[in-house]
Amino acid sequence: MAVKLKDLITKERAMRQGHRMCPGCGAPTVVQQALLAVEQPVVVTAATGCLEVSTTIYPYNAWGVPFLHSAFENAGASVSGIEAAYVALKKKGKITKDIKFVAFGGDGGTYDIGLQALSGAAERGHDFTYICYNNQGYMNTGAQRSSATPKGADTSTAPAGKVIPGKIQKPKDLTVIMAAHHIPYVAQTTIHNPMEVIEKVKKAIETPGPAFVNVLAPCVLFWRLEPSLQRDICKLAVETRFWPVYEVIDGEWKLGYKPKKRVPVEEFLKPQGRFRHLLKGETGQAVIEALQKDVDEEWEYVLKRCGETWEPQA
Amino acid sequence: MSSLKGWKDLPLATTVPASTSEKVQTGQWRSMRPVWNEEECIHCLQCWIQCPDKSIKATPEGKVTGIDYFFCKGCGTCAAVCPKKAIEMRPESEFIEQ
Repeated sequence: MAVKLKDLITKERAMRQGHRMCPGCGAPTVVQQALLAVEQPVVVTAATGCLEVSTTIYPYNAWGVPFLHSAFENAGASVSGIEAAYVALKKKGKITKDIKFVAFGGDGGTYDIGLQALSGAAERGHDFTYICYNNQGYMNTGAQRSSATPKGADTSTAPAGKVIPGKIQKPKDLTVIMAAHHIPYVAQTTIHNPMEVIEKVKKAIETPGPAFVNVLAPCVLFWRLEPSLQRDICKLAVETRFWPVYEVIDGEWKLGYKPKKRVPVEEFLKPQGRFRHLLKGETGQAVIEALQKDVDEEWEYVLKRCGETWEPQA
Repeated sequence: MSSLKGWKDLPLATTVPASTSEKVQTGQWRSMRPVWNEEECIHCLQCWIQCPDKSIKATPEGKVTGIDYFFCKGCGTCAAVCPKKAIEMRPESEFIEQ
């Protein structure tokens, strides 16, 4: 079962070189790592977003596998349609091989605009894997807030200034929403540990029925992050418990990682320019405290669901 | 209304051949160049798996052989993840004569 990096070297890539994502972007890393987990032929679809735009600049196409894009809100519906057509053609004997179906969406196309289509696809029980590359905002159009943007982040539609300290609300918990669909596989992870992404996506693909994987991936441009730090920032997200990694397999919650120490969420905020305004002054401090409270509460919730306890080292 | 075409008669949506992006030299974007030091490299492949542009070259046996400067955009992720500091980021201006 355990996959080794060495064994993946010769595997043909579903997404090729020459895509136009920014230097240091987390999204192509998500796609590359995730699709290394797929053994069978795969058909990919994506919601509108950076990934779709940057891989399909006409007439250049970065996909080495069949790829469909139709609109922003319907990656869930597109993957349902493709899978339903496959099932029908297979029944008629026109297709004999086993094919897997993967949909990618950013957080805008998944948390907000595509939620209805995704929810429908999950409820109908199509056999697909939906992977959300979550960069916490509408980065393709210039960093507008989304329902995945964390509290306190400076965005173009919730700008930090005298009136508000960035986004006021906390993000919705989409992973839990998807788990509440009682689908066979749901996971939350990030790209600092590639083997974890590969193994989780492998489980998602091999599980018959709908599977959802929520992967935190930085937008180096609008997180205002040093482009070389995609791995380090994701590691900090997990170490500060800002982004707990876990799986929900057939309703059973399983915690992926427990940090050894209690690391304040501030450590995750510091390298990112979108939180810079919080690091000085009393208002900022109050937002950081509120954010820390949210993180602690969510962590407690995840621990409880997983039946775990946490005793960090002093 | 009967003169209107049915959906089966309409042309397909835009289609493009696979993998044509491999003609796009994204390496032209680079301002910092990763320089790989073969002697320090332990072939752990961390750079290979973390590179967003798949620009780390490796043999089928898993030995790193260098960097694909045709595609490398110079983000520096490889240098940041290297446990042996075997990749150094140097200004592209140093290589302009090459």
